[in-house]
Amino acid sequence: MSGSAENFTRQDPRRDPWWLKWSLIGFVVAFMSVFIIIPVGNIFVQAFANGWQRYLSTFFASGESTQIQEVQFNLNAIGMSLFLMAVVVPLNTIFGVAVAWLVTRFKFRGKAALLTLIDMPFAVSPVVAGMLFVILFGAQGYIAQALAWAHEQTWAQAGSGQYAVWYLNWLNGQIIFNWPGVVLATAFVTLPFVARELIPVLESQGSQEEQAAITLGASGWQMFFRITLINMKWGLLYGMVLCNARVLGEFGAVNVVSGNVRGQNTTIPLRIHQLWEDFSLTSAFALSTILVVVALITLVAKVILERVSDGTVGSRVRH
Amino acid sequence: MSITVKNISKLFGSFKALDDVSVEAPGGQLVALLGPSGSGKTTLLRIIAGLEYADAGQVLFDGEDATERHARQRNVGFVFQHYALFRHMTIFENVAFSLRVRKTPRDEVQHRVMELLKLVQLENTAQRYPSQLSGGQRQRIALARALASRPRVLLLDEPFGALDAKVRKELRRWLRKLHEEIHVTSLFVTHDQEEALEVADRIVIMNKGRIEQVGTPDEVYHSPANSFVLSFLGHVNVFHGRLEGGVATLAGGQQVALSNQPGGDGQITALARPHEIDIATDDSHGGAAAKVTWVHRAGALVKVEVELEDGGALLVIELSPERYANTPVVAGQRIFATPRAARVYGAEYQI
Repeated sequence: MSGSAENFTRQDPRRDPWWLKWSLIGFVVAFMSVFIIIPVGNIFVQAFANGWQRYLSTFFASGESTQIQEVQFNLNAIGMSLFLMAVVVPLNTIFGVAVAWLVTRFKFRGKAALLTLIDMPFAVSPVVAGMLFVILFGAQGYIAQALAWAHEQTWAQAGSGQYAVWYLNWLNGQIIFNWPGVVLATAFVTLPFVARELIPVLESQGSQEEQAAITLGASGWQMFFRITLINMKWGLLYGMVLCNARVLGEFGAVNVVSGNVRGQNTTIPLRIHQLWEDFSLTSAFALSTILVVVALITLVAKVILERVSDGTVGSRVRH
Repeated sequence: MSITVKNISKLFGSFKALDDVSVEAPGGQLVALLGPSGSGKTTLLRIIAGLEYADAGQVLFDGEDATERHARQRNVGFVFQHYALFRHMTIFENVAFSLRVRKTPRDEVQHRVMELLKLVQLENTAQRYPSQLSGGQRQRIALARALASRPRVLLLDEPFGALDAKVRKELRRWLRKLHEEIHVTSLFVTHDQEEALEVADRIVIMNKGRIEQVGTPDEVYHSPANSFVLSFLGHVNVFHGRLEGGVATLAGGQQVALSNQPGGDGQITALARPHEIDIATDDSHGGAAAKVTWVHRAGALVKVEVELEDGGALLVIELSPERYANTPVVAGQRIFATPRAARVYGAEYQI
């Protein structure tokens, strides 16, 4: 270590200049603050702006009749969202596993078309999706019209169109503007999550272990539950977590099919929107805290799943 | 338990993977399916295992038709080239898998698995996971797993293909020894002729979905049925000449002793193995004039590559060190090459 060597400074060619690094850090921090950290933090600030008691009064009734009704609507919305979670996530999980299995283990015509179609819900605006379901299943929808027409044909000799009218009245409100419609619309919007996550996982694993299981005497179910399902468990959980986040957050499609009747078929995001329009800001933000907490849990779950799976699932695979 | 394959054909699209193939693996033998890639050997093995279905033909185990039986009911042990161990299970559970799916009692599983781990000399790995084992160890575990339910036959698909050269040689000797101990009818696929010649009781040589020859290593090596078998089991050198009244005369004028008796007279190509060629520095014994292009001396035999002056064809010649000491040629030198023996087949051989 002679003195002359230390005097001789040179720039490391692998390293960018210090000012570039620090200006990039500054820019990213400023951007994140404006667009994410401050707004998200502000949700909690607004929710608790009028104190704990006011926050809790969003969820717990305290005597006043109008307040009781509001709380009931809020709780209905939470219940509806939980119900959607319980129905749609398993539905799309089963669908996702079936599609991923089909696409990675079988050769057939139209595979590329199927893969493109699965992504359709990501490409189309949720509002449009909601409208599609109204047009299809609604009281004036194609199916209703077809059924009504069939009834008229059948009963024409009897000289009575009243059955068709009755039928339309019955159909009205059974699917669209009722909970089945909300389930349908939400399932449509969240359809790709599990399938998209599983296809690369199953593809990279190949079918050798499955073939080995078969030659060792396993039945189809034994093979699926002991080998395939366990090998794809992290990818499956990852897809379910993402699917769940979207189920809880979906607004556009549900807004169209729910009918927007207060306290009925209302999910948390729809209820937040109603409260917002009523200038009930504290309650709106209080409900929002639920979604933010769910989002944070989702992010933590994502990171954990990416770690435990050794990078075989999630965003790190694609890098 | 013998395996019989009768008139199996299999098409992949318009590609004929197997074309009316019949093979017999007698009980207790270790049989090699040897051939270049694309010869259909792996497809045949998978059809025997039930992992693939033939378009036509039959698979019989001990004379009993198993063609329509599902892979899980055939009770064959299958060893995959890339091991296919269950990555989320311990070694113990891997080996125990076939017993577990058959609902074998607990203590019997314990006993059988430890017995097998002992057989493959990996008892201390029971609680480890496949990723913690070396390639050679994984393949031994795959073998133990395949043997757990006492299969009627053992099928191995390029079992040593994914291993490095040294481990491969060790393992094939070990497989030979293991087979002598357990004597389960085994069929293994390989494209490595040395492996097949060293390990197998019988070799089935395949090419383009057909069988070229079946025989002991000795038979196929010393009496190859055709030029494909000859050239697949080692390098061959090609000489042109004429056949008249059973006497072969090469283009250079020298006569050559034939190891087989072809019929008919006319133009021939005579094929000689590298060790069947003599070289001399003068043409007192005749021989084809050639120029030495390369000499490899590292190895048990000295390998000399020469280029024929007439036509420029390349010959590979192997000499014992003693013979090389008598005629120590160097690169660039002019020599005369004479085959001591050669084989002549019909017109099917093409280079």
